[in-house]
Amino acid sequence: MSLPKASELPIGAVIPEPGSTRRNKTAGWRTLKPVIHDDRCVRCQLCWLYCPEGTIVEIKGVFKVNGRTYDTKYEINYDYCKGCGICANECPTKAIEMVPEAP
Amino acid sequence: MQKTKLVEALTGNYAAAYAVKASDVDVIAVYPITPQTTIVEKLSEFVANGELNAELIHVESEHSALSAVVGASAAGARVFTATSSQGLELAHEILHIASAMRLPIVMAVPTRALSAPISIHNDYGDVMNARDTGWIIYIAASAQEVYDTIIQAYRVAETANLPAMVAYDGFLMSHTVEPVELNDEEEVRKFLPRPLRPYTLNPKRPVTMGPLASPDWYYEFKYQQATALREAYKVVKEVDALYGEKFGRSYGVVETYRMEDADYAIVTYGGAAYGNAKAAADMARERGIAAGVVRIRLYRPFPSMDVLRALEGVKAFAVLDRAIMFGSPAEGPLYKDIATAMFMHGVDKPAVNIIHGIGQRTMYVEDMYKIYTMLKERPSKEVVFMGVRV
Amino acid sequence: MKVYYKTLRDLPREELFAPGHRMCAGCGAAIAMRWITKTIGPNAVIVNATGCVEVTTTPYPETAWMHPYIHVAFENSAAVASGVEAAIKTLKKKGRWDAGDSKVVVIAGDGGTYDIGLQSLSGMLERRHGVLYILYDNEAYMNTGIQRSGSTPKYAWTTTTPVGTALRGKVQWKKDIMGIVMAHRVPYAATASVAYILDMVNKIKTALDYTEEGPTFLHIFAPCVPGWRYPENKTVEIARLAVETGYFPLYEWDHGKLKLNPPSNNHLDKSKRKPLKEYLKLQGRFAHLTEQEIAEIEKELDAYWEYLGKLTQL
Ligand SMILES: Cc1ncc(C[n+]2csc(CCOP(=O)(O)OP(=O)(O)O)c2C)c(N)n1
Ligand code: SF4
Ligand code: SF4
Ligand code: SF4
Ligand SMILES: [Mg+2]
Repeated sequence: MSLPKASELPIGAVIPEPGSTRRNKTAGWRTLKPVIHDDRCVRCQLCWLYCPEGTIVEIKGVFKVNGRTYDTKYEINYDYCKGCGICANECPTKAIEMVPEAP
Repeated sequence: MQKTKLVEALTGNYAAAYAVKASDVDVIAVYPITPQTTIVEKLSEFVANGELNAELIHVESEHSALSAVVGASAAGARVFTATSSQGLELAHEILHIASAMRLPIVMAVPTRALSAPISIHNDYGDVMNARDTGWIIYIAASAQEVYDTIIQAYRVAETANLPAMVAYDGFLMSHTVEPVELNDEEEVRKFLPRPLRPYTLNPKRPVTMGPLASPDWYYEFKYQQATALREAYKVVKEVDALYGEKFGRSYGVVETYRMEDADYAIVTYGGAAYGNAKAAADMARERGIAAGVVRIRLYRPFPSMDVLRALEGVKAFAVLDRAIMFGSPAEGPLYKDIATAMFMHGVDKPAVNIIHGIGQRTMYVEDMYKIYTMLKERPSKEVVFMGVRV
Repeated sequence: MKVYYKTLRDLPREELFAPGHRMCAGCGAAIAMRWITKTIGPNAVIVNATGCVEVTTTPYPETAWMHPYIHVAFENSAAVASGVEAAIKTLKKKGRWDAGDSKVVVIAGDGGTYDIGLQSLSGMLERRHGVLYILYDNEAYMNTGIQRSGSTPKYAWTTTTPVGTALRGKVQWKKDIMGIVMAHRVPYAATASVAYILDMVNKIKTALDYTEEGPTFLHIFAPCVPGWRYPENKTVEIARLAVETGYFPLYEWDHGKLKLNPPSNNHLDKSKRKPLKEYLKLQGRFAHLTEQEIAEIEKELDAYWEYLGKLTQL
């Protein structure tokens, strides 16, 4: 890949594209991968609350789990999850399991 | 063109303050230091009287003064700050950042010697230590020129997207009164139209300023910056010419005095050195030496070709420096610049580096006359510390 | 504090801090950044001091920031923010600011606040700029590789306060930054923790609103994985224990009145606080502590609580 020339870059090293670190997928940082077992999830929102990467996504809809109906569901965007395990550590029902990444 | 002439008796510092007022500056951050202080006092007065509609930030240091105007300029305001000596040193870190972020800040620097020992008096140790920080640097030689140059500097800075410093002799100019012709402020505002800035901090158009650059990127930005400062030369000349057309005064980048047929020249900067060198040239000419003076008005970007052209016909010349760059091959900063320019363009002739006026040591006209006789009798390449007891 | 968000359901959903940044897995400061950006909303300018957050979020040509953002240097974020605030104010008056009621928020580390940036912070507070200054406290200079700061607690290991035979970690106590800020008589200052998000976001919003009156300050406790030497899944647990053991009380200073917030409001009674050891033992930086040293820290903490108790009586 050839990088842009000095004359092609914005002046003063300004970055005109907000949120552009999204181009940098951090999936490769993980050694452990969080897996949400939806049947054990009570929708307490704590994993979503504490994820440092903001990669736990809240999905709206109608979800029937073990005879209960919820209006949300939590999923992980594995593109950016760094595998820190905070979500699993904070989950009150142990619904999140950290499993080794396939080597 | 100006309708009526308004002439006021002003010190160099007041001339600077009047120029800031005429330029309709939005944010000012200044910290007191002798000999700068009377600028911030005058500006405070203008703001207090409602003559200047600006936010005046009474910062707690010069480091914060420059930082605050960096923030304000990044947010899109026209800004001003001023300092001298220790204050410029304290702000030094931010000098580099301001130019690298390409912010059109204008700063006045009535120059002053650096500690230690502490001296409130004049020399150019402060500005010369800031000469390679990426700023456009003017050195003015009269209160009128201070006024005109600050106005020009806004136009140049906002065109080149670079900060500009307007330096002049502390005390010798900052505190001495001269007649200054003031422009019609409406006309100044037309001369400074606030061009659209490439990037500002605005929630409607969010950008990131001041990021981290890896070895893959850093050099390109430094190259951009180096090129921009070189190219600012043209902008300085154009703006000076436009200003001349509109307000009837322009200065060029290098000013010469009796150089047409001169055999010997003194090259220098600032009001006191230039004034006395001119008097010495007159004296030398009365005594049969074809003497002339070259004054550097634009110090950065350095006008190499203009200087070499001005010195083309001389047999020998002296560079009168009012600052000491310790341990350099020659201690005078301007001398080093001219020597480099000569070397690069294949010019070789006797050139003496005179160090004088350090800590406002009096530079007598007689001293300067002696420089001419020295050039004539003993043309050489050496550094002479003049006016010091050794 | 005004309560803008009663339950987690009320919290802002939109993410305004992009992933893909280079903060460590499990970084406490990253949690803080996520919630700061969400809570202040898009109409704000962010001024960031040099430090971990700055270097990890702006690797050219990428930025994690979705706000207008500026980083200038390490020690001057409060001065830069003063300039931004003054610019917005005057441009508004002159009809040249088109973004409406924009706020100015500083984000700086403990080094950039307690130490090298203290002068510019004091200047900004004294001049009463309408700026929200947020300190994320990871108790050392992390960006340069874990050196002690004025915020590092006594006996903590850092690379410049190693545990040796003559000295056992940092010699001095942690500086009381809140006391320094409160002494400037700001309208609002508060402590917050990444473990107590609801409390934190309500404080962020309160502090942001009070910038109409003058400068406001938030001290956010943000554990650091490599710097404190603990497993990366423990960040929130440690932050919570810091509050539960009374090590980092949650309180706010609102127009001259000091108020302890839950759960710290119960902690004036020492028996309601968990033993400090529970907090210390999870962290490698305290692994060398003896019972006697822990007792000494506890004694100092008790004295601090006594002092806080007096402040609540004011
Ligand atoms: C004037 C100056 N001195 C030193 C540094 C080096 N430096 C950069 S960041 C940093 C430490 C930052 O510590 P802190 O503010 O606590 O933020 P953290 O990295 O811990 O998030 C230091 C010492 C610098 N950039 N500028
Ligand atoms: S923390 Fe556990 S229970 Fe709570 S929402 Fe997440 S997965 Fe569900
Ligand atoms: S492992 Fe960490 S990064 Fe991944 S989803 Fe859980 S909290 Fe977020
Ligand atoms: S070193 Fe500490 S503060 Fe810095 S990014 Fe890593 S966890 Fe966060
Ligand atoms: Mg820190």
